[in-house]
Amino acid sequence: MIPNGFEYHRPRTIPDALAILTSHGDEARVIAGGHSLIPVMKQRLTEIHHLVDLQDIGDLKGISIGTTIRIGAMTTQHTLITHQGLADAAPLLAEAALQIADPQVRYMGTIGGNVANGDPGNDMPGLMMCLDASFVLAGPGGMRTVPAREFYQGAYVTERAEDEILVAIEMPRPTGGYAYEKQKRKIGDYATAAAAVQMHAASGRVVAASVAMTNLSDVPVWSAAAGAALVGTDCGPAAVKAAVAAMLADINPTADNRGPVEFKRHVAGVMLGRAIARAWARV
Amino acid sequence: MSKMHLKLKVNGKSVETLCEPRELLIHVLRERLNLTGAHIGCETSHCGVCTVDLNGMSVKSCTVFAAQVQGAEITTIEGLGGPDGMSVLQQSFREHHGLQCGYCTPGMITRAHRLLQENPTPTEEEVRFGMAGNLCRCTGYQNIVKAILHAASEMNAAKEAAQ
Repeated sequence: MIPNGFEYHRPRTIPDALAILTSHGDEARVIAGGHSLIPVMKQRLTEIHHLVDLQDIGDLKGISIGTTIRIGAMTTQHTLITHQGLADAAPLLAEAALQIADPQVRYMGTIGGNVANGDPGNDMPGLMMCLDASFVLAGPGGMRTVPAREFYQGAYVTERAEDEILVAIEMPRPTGGYAYEKQKRKIGDYATAAAAVQMHAASGRVVAASVAMTNLSDVPVWSAAAGAALVGTDCGPAAVKAAVAAMLADINPTADNRGPVEFKRHVAGVMLGRAIARAWARV
Repeated sequence: MSKMHLKLKVNGKSVETLCEPRELLIHVLRERLNLTGAHIGCETSHCGVCTVDLNGMSVKSCTVFAAQVQGAEITTIEGLGGPDGMSVLQQSFREHHGLQCGYCTPGMITRAHRLLQENPTPTEEEVRFGMAGNLCRCTGYQNIVKAILHAASEMNAAKEAAQ
């Protein structure tokens, strides 16, 4: 499986990378870890004449942790898992990253590639919506920031323009209880269904909750209604049932080799129930 | 497509070759550098038989372009030991019958090498999780896991003795 030939670029700065994208338009694509892009290039499902490798751009790397967490787009899943500062500040990121692909893929795969390519099967987009992250995009006109909850428009279609590069992901430092629950057929598979939950509680009651679902529509689904259904409750059976019902009204799975629609809706409910229970136990 | 001048350090030796940017690392290793230890299995980044060590990371060399590894340090199974001087891991795979047909073994051992560098005292569960990117269709994994756990204890005993 050999891809079509391409001209290879390895810029060292964001402006240099943007200049290559601007001059080659549709014929150019950026590559991060390459573990989504290279397989489709090998199958010749896409033809790229100019491949722009981002690995030497220092400004796309690094993690800073304050009241806001900023993660460079080229940060690998392996780094998310092994970074001590993140383990203290946002353990949910490692919990989710450990459920992505397999060890070899996690050394190469990046958080930026995972959120930016718009694959509805990817795990990080739903998680970023749950955590109310924002994506920092650099383009010919400068930088702009787009909330994750407004970024996804359809399968592989996002708010990012063709001549823009994802620079970093920013999020408020998460507090409270959290969980990412994923059901998959085997290691390395995309989710049959997965649920991300973050919540705060006071005096034994939920005061705020955020719920997002993975691979249950052509975009990740942030279910405001499911989060709202938990507020004011003690996450008991009735509250979980209400949250699951609200979530089920927001997803739109399609039948594929992971199962028929009825099965996916069932698994979605089970995953959300488990994620709520675990997040509640960690509040 | 014009060829590029690729410079690498492979198994401790500096090597140079001409290749196209689109060539996959596994093809460069096998066909240009004649290092046929790492195998080609699924070619879709699932099976792990093409695993090599790239700048201290286990990677599937069927999913890396030659152009991406310019200047990299790579270790293949040939760099870990050979018939005249097997590594502890290789010896342990032999002793524990950690292979049958042997096709997955170079990838298994190269991955296990990195796993034990990062976690010298893994539990059985950690070995299974850390080896999850490598498929074997013969052994059922039981003896592979045993071989890696045994190699870890041998390596740790040797380290203690050296101190």
